Amino acid sequence: MCLAIPMRLMERTEMEGVVELDGIRRTISLMLLPEAEVGQHVLVHAGYAIGAVDEDEAATTLELLREYADNMEDL
Amino acid sequence: MTDAGLLHDRRAVAGLVHDIVEAAEKTARGATFMEVCGTHTHAVAAAGLRRMLPKGVRLISGPGCPVCVTPVRYLDHALALAALPDTILCTFGDLMRVPSSTITLEQARAEGATVHVVYSARDALALAEDNPETRVVFLAVGFETTVPTIAAALAEAEQRILENFLILPGNKVIPPAMLALVQDPDLNVHGFLLPGHVSVLTGWETFRFLATDHGVPGAVVGFAPTDVLRGVLDLLGQHSRGTAEVVNLYGRAVSPEGNRTAAEVVDRMFEPAHTEWRGFGEIPDSGLTLREQWAHRDAGRIPLELPEPHEPAGCRCGDVLRGAIDPTECPLFDAGCSPTQPIGACMVSSEGTCSAWFRHERWANTNQ
Repeated sequence: MCLAIPMRLMERTEMEGVVELDGIRRTISLMLLPEAEVGQHVLVHAGYAIGAVDEDEAATTLELLREYADNMEDL
Repeated sequence: MTDAGLLHDRRAVAGLVHDIVEAAEKTARGATFMEVCGTHTHAVAAAGLRRMLPKGVRLISGPGCPVCVTPVRYLDHALALAALPDTILCTFGDLMRVPSSTITLEQARAEGATVHVVYSARDALALAEDNPETRVVFLAVGFETTVPTIAAALAEAEQRILENFLILPGNKVIPPAMLALVQDPDLNVHGFLLPGHVSVLTGWETFRFLATDHGVPGAVVGFAPTDVLRGVLDLLGQHSRGTAEVVNLYGRAVSPEGNRTAAEVVDRMFEPAHTEWRGFGEIPDSGLTLREQWAHRDAGRIPLELPEPHEPAGCRCGDVLRGAIDPTECPLFDAGCSPTQPIGACMVSSEGTCSAWFRHERWANTNQ
């Protein structure tokens, strides 16, 4: 049960939020991530947002993977 | 989050495997790395990563499945609670088919016990609100990713004065089990792939002791194939250089200090307890129990008679959980024990090593 899904926070009303991924919407609690902002991607686990996705770090990782992918095409 | 597809990109995976093969060729000695997260167990198996790695680089699983390490006694206790009048038992789905000393929760439900499968502790809270005359007991199983959600539900129950919401404490924390692993003289692990989502909550610095105190490297990784492979590559590099550090390769989700809000609510509701793990016996301070002031929410305090606990005969789930054997070495694997007819917890749970191997590595090790 360690599965946590990155979903986008679409709305929030105090400690309740609505998150969305690929058209699927869910209502979750923001009690563990009170600073969550609408528009952010958050990690959702067992009905709660447990952390936020760092977009800069995500971009760095994707850049690294893009390099790997491009290098493999040259081989 | 455009280009997130790169996390699963075929060429990126090939490039990482290429680098791993090169790194493995440079170091004469082989390496065994262990992951301690059921979601990693399944991610590795489902992506066929084992088969991509060069000979001499071995990936094994540890006690990463919270349902699997929960002893039979806990299920016996749950069944006894389910048999009480005016009681609704709520549980995550995985626990329904796990063996107790007698029957499963699923069988108990078929025989009339009120057992509900829930996705979240909040669902159990909602049931408590809708059924004020009934005691609702939530089976609190799970590691650090799940613990704060249960603590938050308990805090909410206090705030909303829902007196009929209780838990049967059974949560565990990973670092003490990892200490037991590094101190195990029979286990030779050269590095750990560290649990990505546990680390979101705890912070990656929680695992630093593995390197500083025990000289074992670790890499916190996410769950995509490229995440795991980047971890293997880093650990291989550390192994060949003889260094020991804990590195965070899941920076998009994991920080050094973790989720402080979650830590505060967990600390408010729970305190450490010595607890038994299947395969390990009792590990000090490895479990969480409710603090004395929340005793009214502890279903474990309800006086009950429990049977003498006993494990299913022949099941080697404990040895699998310690990383001592692969599932294929258990005499029951695919010879009486399968996901549709499970004998032990490791085969039942969606995070269990035996279940992952049955689905994706069923014919592994056949040339031995």
